[in-house]
Amino acid sequence: MTEVNNDGSFAPVVAGSALGVDAPAPVTPKNLPHRGGEPNPSVDAMRRQFGAAVRRVDVVWGETTVVIDPARVHDVIRWLHDNPLERYDYLSDITAVEFRDLEQPLELVWHLRSLPYRRFLRVKALIARGAPLEVPTVWDIYKGADWLERECYDMFGIRFIGHPDLRRLLMWEQYAEGFPLRKDFPLRGRFSRSEQLRQALAANPEARYSKDELSIAEAFEDLPADMRRRLTTGERTGE
Amino acid sequence: MATTKRTVEVELSTSGLDAQGRPQRVPLAVDEGGNVVTMEAPPGIEPDLSGEHMLINLGPQHPATHGVLRLVLELDGETVVRCIPHVGYLHCGFEKIGEYRQYNQIIPWTDREDYLNSPGNNVAFALGAERLFGIEITERCKVLRVIACELSRIISHLVWLGTTCIDIGAFTPFLWAFQQREEVYEMLEMWIGARLTTSLTRVGGMGADIPDGFLEKLSAFVRGFPKVVDEIDRVITRNGIWVGRTVGLGVMSPEEAVNYGLSGPMVRASGVAYDLRKDFPYLDYETYDFEVPVGTNGDVYDRFLVRMEELRQSTRILDQAMKRLPDGPVNVDDHRVILPPKSKATSDMESMIHHFKQVMEGPRPPIGESYVAVESPKGEKGYYMVSDGSSKPVRWRIRPPSFVNLSAIPRMVEGHLLSDVIAINASIDIVMGEIDR
Repeated sequence: MTEVNNDGSFAPVVAGSALGVDAPAPVTPKNLPHRGGEPNPSVDAMRRQFGAAVRRVDVVWGETTVVIDPARVHDVIRWLHDNPLERYDYLSDITAVEFRDLEQPLELVWHLRSLPYRRFLRVKALIARGAPLEVPTVWDIYKGADWLERECYDMFGIRFIGHPDLRRLLMWEQYAEGFPLRKDFPLRGRFSRSEQLRQALAANPEARYSKDELSIAEAFEDLPADMRRRLTTGERTGE
Repeated sequence: MATTKRTVEVELSTSGLDAQGRPQRVPLAVDEGGNVVTMEAPPGIEPDLSGEHMLINLGPQHPATHGVLRLVLELDGETVVRCIPHVGYLHCGFEKIGEYRQYNQIIPWTDREDYLNSPGNNVAFALGAERLFGIEITERCKVLRVIACELSRIISHLVWLGTTCIDIGAFTPFLWAFQQREEVYEMLEMWIGARLTTSLTRVGGMGADIPDGFLEKLSAFVRGFPKVVDEIDRVITRNGIWVGRTVGLGVMSPEEAVNYGLSGPMVRASGVAYDLRKDFPYLDYETYDFEVPVGTNGDVYDRFLVRMEELRQSTRILDQAMKRLPDGPVNVDDHRVILPPKSKATSDMESMIHHFKQVMEGPRPPIGESYVAVESPKGEKGYYMVSDGSSKPVRWRIRPPSFVNLSAIPRMVEGHLLSDVIAINASIDIVMGEIDR
């Protein structure tokens, strides 16, 4: 709960509190160099802690990017969150980048903020072509990762291992055309307009409820047999 | 915390009698002599329904869900046991379309995602693209963009205020709020010609400089608007119904709010003094004198108070920006990104070729990436752009604040009454265009 001082006055949690009162106020960054700016001070500590798991550090337009081993994502982010000298307590964003050059690996991007130290860090993990699209979830560290990871799965097909409820989020669960933000997905969609219309008209309205939701109203038994089977096996089309 | 207690409402509500002392609820039965009688409950044993949970589908077409949000609620009596949100009914694939557009062509798309905050989105996108191009904008452009951001904060908060008042059952503040919003829209119409989908900025500058008479209109607005805020404040801040319907609902502790990634008024209402304008400044916000309001309890009422105070602070910033607005060019002097003036493009051969190449091929940023986040009315609005050196981004990612804020709704509504779901949902200030994108 919020802190209340002894005299009853209220003390908010202040961003930048770990820097002390003498720290200079942050200013708008100006004249950022394209490459080779000042890296985030957390990078040295990460290198000491994780050694070779920190593959590469780039500073582009003043923003520090740390490329790490995909297998160590959870350890690194957990350490960044828990370490009292880092305190990356705020997850801004999780997303992925696929390049037009299909030789380049797919990049997973975490944007982290340390509110007490007013730092911003971009953590990346590269997934080579052909390797399974799997990374550990950070949902147990940041609750805000729930929908961000689901969206990333929905749009790119990346599996976040350990996520409690990795379902499609923006597309519907029966969506069968694939993962829209992948570069091999055409802008107009995979299916023709007539096929899309046919599927939309053939959709069962009950399909808008998950098995879990239908169990609330005990409506599951009233469904047609094929839908019951689909829901029971947890089969999701579009994978 | 026992959050369903409604002590304030009980204290402030009426006794159930009207001014003449008659009961306000009229019974539905009259005896033979014409006297009103109390209805008896019909005989028979009422079925015991205490163990049964009910499935309620709220939305996607319900007006109080502020768009096409669908909540599947499991109810025990009137208490929400579980909430399963469904989004995506407005999904248009903005991020995919952005990969097929030049940077300046994406700006109209930013209007349409959070359509209550179009000027602010345009500014945010332009800032991101300018970092990617390595451009420093002019001083006049910075101040104009601050004016655009704060005007758009005001219109967004006014829509929030009006629609939340309607949801909770107050109609008058809605009209006052929308009247003021109309004045801001008139100013935007003067400035850029459009009202809702403004496309105000370009990479490296603005679509237009402010016209004659704009500053007079703005200063009249800055003088008049705080009075309307005070008026709305007087009507609802201490209103018994308003307080009873908002206090203690959807409480998020500061640690939780940060862990759930809440931003903007949502995280500040929980007592976390975090504002991107102060902590990760942009557009020289550190040189403006304004306060960041912070709540104490993190409930719906505090979110309302924080937004009301932000309206006043935005007016302060507007006042300062108006006074310091320097003369000079609006667009940068850089023909990599800025088109030649129209008069030259139609009369001078080199300028015409330049114009043609600029429009057809588009400016090309160097290889790199940028993530620029601004404090939108809803929270941290970030644009992440990755360039491979071509004129179109490889990836354009929107970090939508109301998407992350909405993802905490199961945590906020569970344990509350069904009618409180509406108030809690309204307090998040969602725009489905931004959530579904």
